[in-house]
Amino acid sequence: MTNVLINAPKTAKPGEIVEIKALILHPMETGFRPGTNGKIIPRNIIEHFVATWNGAEIFRMEMSPAIAANPFVSFFAVATESGTIGLRWTGDEGFLVEEQVAIAVG
Amino acid sequence: MKIVIPSEARDLYWSLKGPSACGLRVTTMPVTTRRAFLAGATIVCVLPFASAHATPEAMAAAIKEVVGTGTIREGKVKLDLPPLVENGNTVPLTVSVESPMTPADHVKAIHVFNEKNPQPHVFSARLGPQNGKAVIATRIKLADSQKIIAIAETSTGQFFSASADVIVTLAACIEDVT
Repeated sequence: MTNVLINAPKTAKPGEIVEIKALILHPMETGFRPGTNGKIIPRNIIEHFVATWNGAEIFRMEMSPAIAANPFVSFFAVATESGTIGLRWTGDEGFLVEEQVAIAVG
Repeated sequence: MKIVIPSEARDLYWSLKGPSACGLRVTTMPVTTRRAFLAGATIVCVLPFASAHATPEAMAAAIKEVVGTGTIREGKVKLDLPPLVENGNTVPLTVSVESPMTPADHVKAIHVFNEKNPQPHVFSARLGPQNGKAVIATRIKLADSQKIIAIAETSTGQFFSASADVIVTLAACIEDVT
């Protein structure tokens, strides 16, 4: 069970610029830290975050270990048509989470 | 004189203090005297900071990779982050770029770099006219007091930058928080 928190308006006027905020539970282990046994904890980060609006990509972010644990991203998008905003996080160790929120424009 | 340090205590000491610095593997040496122990601890504590961090040169190289032969100009970009950070593990950061965000003239990408984390990259984001506003907020980790640089790439092939100096009191990636 992955915990994702998405904050986007449910409705928007055509042409309105809406803010989309997304928070996901993830350790973002850098691969530079030793654990309690002195051994380096292997890297485990989210590498890509992609946002789509009705399937068309609107925003993409390549992350590095310098992104804080439980990555939070906020960005803007122009509301063009009703539909779904899809958010996808992919990363190390086969990490893949997809979430969708509906938005009504009009 | 011979001081015997229980191995558990020593391991604890190393895990807290010694190999802390972001990525240097430390081999525990047999410790017999206090002097040797202190000397070892000093080496262990000092060395990592010289080797395990990205340097301003590494940052310059990473920036060059993005910019290529283009020239970077100051301005248009606003980089918001607190000047004094208490906890380097989560530092809120906002990058906003002045741009009409039209198909003809928009911000194509925003890159953020740092000087002293183990790696110079922080993130690269791709945007387009569909974003309406070139504003991104996120939270980052900072391993030391340092300079952060944000670079915006426009669709017209220009590069704009802004930088901010941050003082960090508790560095990220030194303590194991789990």
